[in-house]
Amino acid sequence: MQPFPRTLYDKLWDAHVVRSEPGGTDLIYVDRHFLHEVTSAQPFDGLRSTGRKLWRETAHIAVPDHNVPTVHRAAGIRDERSRRQVETLMHNAAAFKVPVIPVHDVRQGILHVVGPEQGWTLPGTSVVCGDSHTSTHGALGALAFGIGISEVEMVLATQCLWSRRGRTMAVRLTGTLQPGVFTKDVALHLIGRIGVGGATGHAIEFTGPAIAAWSVEARMTLCNMAIEAGATVGLVAVDDVTIDYLRGRPGVPRGDAFEAAAAAWRELVSDEGAAYDRVVDIDVSAIAPQVTWGTLPDLVVSVDDRIPAPETLGAEDRIAIAKSALDYMALAPGLPASQIRIDKVFIGSCTNSRIEDLRAAATVLRGRRVAPSVKLALVVPGSGLVKRQAEAEGLHRQFIEAGFEWRDPGCSMCVAMNDDRLAPGERCASTSNRNFEGRQGAGSRTHLVSPAMAAAAAIAGHFVDVRPYFPEART
Amino acid sequence: MSPIHTVCGLVVPLDRENIDTDAIMPKQFLTSTSRTGYGAHLFDAWRFLDTGAPGQDPATRIPNPDFPLNQPRYQGARVLLARDNFGCGSSREHAPWGLLQFGIGAVLAPSFGDIFANNAWKNGLLAIRLEPAQIDALFGAVATPGLSMSIDLGAQTVTSSDHRVYRFEMDPFRKRCLQQGEDDIGLALAHALEIHRHEEAAQRSRPWAFMPVHAGRAGSP
Repeated sequence: MQPFPRTLYDKLWDAHVVRSEPGGTDLIYVDRHFLHEVTSAQPFDGLRSTGRKLWRETAHIAVPDHNVPTVHRAAGIRDERSRRQVETLMHNAAAFKVPVIPVHDVRQGILHVVGPEQGWTLPGTSVVCGDSHTSTHGALGALAFGIGISEVEMVLATQCLWSRRGRTMAVRLTGTLQPGVFTKDVALHLIGRIGVGGATGHAIEFTGPAIAAWSVEARMTLCNMAIEAGATVGLVAVDDVTIDYLRGRPGVPRGDAFEAAAAAWRELVSDEGAAYDRVVDIDVSAIAPQVTWGTLPDLVVSVDDRIPAPETLGAEDRIAIAKSALDYMALAPGLPASQIRIDKVFIGSCTNSRIEDLRAAATVLRGRRVAPSVKLALVVPGSGLVKRQAEAEGLHRQFIEAGFEWRDPGCSMCVAMNDDRLAPGERCASTSNRNFEGRQGAGSRTHLVSPAMAAAAAIAGHFVDVRPYFPEART
Repeated sequence: MSPIHTVCGLVVPLDRENIDTDAIMPKQFLTSTSRTGYGAHLFDAWRFLDTGAPGQDPATRIPNPDFPLNQPRYQGARVLLARDNFGCGSSREHAPWGLLQFGIGAVLAPSFGDIFANNAWKNGLLAIRLEPAQIDALFGAVATPGLSMSIDLGAQTVTSSDHRVYRFEMDPFRKRCLQQGEDDIGLALAHALEIHRHEEAAQRSRPWAFMPVHAGRAGSP
């Protein structure tokens, strides 16, 4: 039989189809399911009221992350509703025998950091979670996407989802990143180019020669941001970097089982000649550090550029969005990005809270101080293990000596469901993923940047080009 | 879910692209463990001039008179007319819950965020895609006070009170689920044998996917 060349996405999809309905809906099997406190209470209640049981108990893992405090943990959660939500997760996990990582466990953290870190995300598996940034896990060659609350209940009860195959988009990355430029900048540049709806209905596969040089963590940042271009799935094919990352992690097979798995994982690449519905080519050598200036991630400029005049942005709808964004952000067209002054700095989130992110920020901060005009600078490691690793490397001292607060892991100021949030009108250099109105607190103003850019902004009190901080070419 | 065949009523326009689910249902209202109580907080930051707290009595709020949903001419609207990429961003199902509990039964737009559209359909909120030109025409028509619409799921048509008819595409599986009020989970469980068969084959082809997750003993912080 002549094999038809398939994309990685199609291979993963095909391997998980239980049955197909006429018209394009498939029943898809879910291998791994992550749960958190905000989108799981209703599904467990649903199981109780219908008398349904978990289809497969060992497929799930629960970690509270969205509204856990990042400081004074021993005192518990102050907000009663948030506290009840986390308690409900713990109670449900116990009642339904779902493994759970409690807040006080050193492994606790943001699901999209913890899952890969523990080896619970494996190539060739389907991974879902009631959170849109589940796309992150695609960096390991997994079919991973965010789902709603009703779907969480369906996965608990059936280990399946009714779903439609997406179209495919290849984002082909060539060249070499300049020192001081990171995959966060690549993601923002891509979104700026294709728009926040540019990949809606598609699964993005990040491909091309630039990828090989990037760590799994750097790839996770890219796949994490796929959803900000509208793609529920972001993918990177398996290579040696993936295999090396996985080896020895708690959830990963060992010994002969690992070698057998690794051999199968290496097949998880798009076939030569496989056709994508859309291809976008980007030379990453030309990308400068990015700063968003609006209330959508695609309203973005290079740090050495100016905020554009809305009239130059093309269609009427686009102009209206830009005007409204400038109004909300209290910014004027023509202002150089480097003259935007900030009130607070947030380094964290499932996009940028891993050890390499903290190292990059610490490199910038070494021997320097946060500007007096900056009211608060926060570092929130993505997991307890990231925090411990950073402390072993002495990074925490660099943050603390620079004037940052060194916090406990969680989603924190990315979603501002705990006490970490901006006051109305405050402006933040943030390593998170969404600059939507009110995202970091009612009236908050968010500028999305890389961890290095956030650190440089903390020192200067405004955005600056971080490239001079990285004079040596990175490997 | 009860079967759905038609949605009829007044149309309210929201002329803005890329309305994200954070705007539809801000995060401070997601700390509930219930499926209800979200209608009062729909578009909270846009619909009100004050900052709302979860569970706050709507009578104590200060409505923003400029926001379409607050304007007298759109009171009781059942159909929301929207622009491209409606419901992008966060996967929160609280967004379609809020729309439904407020009284919206259908959203018409040129495109939707993928996860939002899924969540909407699962709750019987019709997320209907029309061509951009058709949406433009409807934004024009809605300038005339009192424009209403009838959406017929069976015929896959939107008929406006100015006698224009628009056809829309929809997945036959979704259509059947809505018309028959099918339960997604029940439908899948009817194929339990196939799920088991897939599982057995998958345990051979990707055994690593079936390694149980061990939370193990709690580590020390």
